[in-house]
Amino acid sequence: FPGLTDVSISEDIPVEGEITVPVGSHSPDEDFSTLDEPVRDTIMRDLKAVGKKFVHVMYPKKSSALLRDWDLWGPLVLCVSLALMLQGGSADSRDDGGPQFAEVFVIIWFGAVVITLNSKLLGGTISFFQSLCVLGYCVLPLTVAMLVCRLVLLAGSGTISFIIRLVVVIAMFGWSTLASTAFLADSQPPNRKALVVYPIFLFYFVISWMILTFTPQ
Amino acid sequence: HSLSCNVLFAEFDDAADLLAANPDAMTISIDEPVEIPKNQHSHLQEPGREEDDELLGTNDSDKTELLAGQKKSAPFWTFDYYQTFFDVDTYQVLDRIKGSVFPVPGKNFVRLYIRSNPDLYGPFWICATLVFTVAVSGNLSNFFIHLGKPTYHYVPEFRKVSIAATTIYAYAWLVPLALWGFLMWRNSKVMNIVSYSFLEIVCVYGYSLFIYIPTAILWIIPQEVVRWVLMIFSLCLSGSVLVMTFWPAVRDDNRRVALVTVGTIVLLHALLSVGCLAYFFDAPEVEVPAPIIPAQNGTVITKSQ
Repeated sequence: FPGLTDVSISEDIPVEGEITVPVGSHSPDEDFSTLDEPVRDTIMRDLKAVGKKFVHVMYPKKSSALLRDWDLWGPLVLCVSLALMLQGGSADSRDDGGPQFAEVFVIIWFGAVVITLNSKLLGGTISFFQSLCVLGYCVLPLTVAMLVCRLVLLAGSGTISFIIRLVVVIAMFGWSTLASTAFLADSQPPNRKALVVYPIFLFYFVISWMILTFTPQ
Repeated sequence: HSLSCNVLFAEFDDAADLLAANPDAMTISIDEPVEIPKNQHSHLQEPGREEDDELLGTNDSDKTELLAGQKKSAPFWTFDYYQTFFDVDTYQVLDRIKGSVFPVPGKNFVRLYIRSNPDLYGPFWICATLVFTVAVSGNLSNFFIHLGKPTYHYVPEFRKVSIAATTIYAYAWLVPLALWGFLMWRNSKVMNIVSYSFLEIVCVYGYSLFIYIPTAILWIIPQEVVRWVLMIFSLCLSGSVLVMTFWPAVRDDNRRVALVTVGTIVLLHALLSVGCLAYFFDAPEVEVPAPIIPAQNGTVITKSQ
């Protein structure tokens, strides 16, 4: 370029500007820093997410919201409340009583981990924490069943109350299993679906058994 | 050999081309990697055993050697290594369960069903199911037996679940370990034609426990005779699966050692079932005729139960 050979910049013109290359798309965190917003907003957002997932569990349809934005707050709250409600059973201090708090906790979390490992080993494509999230949230119907059972037991513990409890627990057990299967079955290889669903069935069956055999003092 | 060539081609050709050319080969090539051994435990060939040969067939040994180079041997700290032990489909697991419940006399469970693809799914979940079945059935049976007694207060007996879990998992994993060690030791002394890998033994033991699940459910029936008949029946079935599996592995050995080994296997199996019945299921109440006690003043008092 012949005209540019004698172009020069005089030293007293300040040179300014940015050297860094601007990033094409801003990541959401940059526009969305949780550090500046009020604490109430942060908490409400998480609570709304948990609440939305509860609604998804109660009306299971094929939505990927539960899987995509997994969180473990809901399962923790459900597990703790279920374990607390299972306390106060008869003969708590003796060896023959119902499950202790730690036993319920361990059964739920260890059981969920084992089922997740099982489905991953069989070739499932779901991630570890997504599966834990789904299994934990689907304990919600059984927690509701436990609440109903305790209320029924306040009224009396005869045969009628047992029949009511049995029906409620069976219905909620079916609901839990169907809800978790609806969310998890798609990510499994097609000729191994039964192998993955069966441990889930066993898991909720054990929890239902613990709920049904709860006898107050 | 055309079979093996098609399998090798499948690795390099486009799937669509292969399908267009020879649909049969495509189906075979999908089956082959699943059924051919992927694990690192190789077992010896059995040239001299006619009954084993007709099950195994000489085809399997050809495929074994040809595909040996293609099997994945992931190191044991990776996830893929453990995934090879869960390489079973639903129908395979159901077939294996069926084979453990209906043992065919003379046929070997390992050769017939496992066929160098031992899985850990069956043993693990059958043991888990058995643990909860025994605990729940025991609890239910005790509830029905003691129902109606004024002094009885129902307890869930949750402690028994952990005891059941420890016992059953220890049996299903430690006994195969001991047996495998023993067979390896005898193998070094006496050249056995048939030898099993550790996972195959775990598989046989795991699947042989399946018959106890319906047995435990039926043990709710509060009749001693019924319970013992059920126990002997299930012991015969699962014991025969074990015996028919392990007899070919020890029959080349010293006669006495072979008999003691097989006898110990059956004895431990029987101990497990008797122990479960005794610990988890209370004895049903027996109606005794009221004994007649002569009272001191001469009148006869009958003491009721």
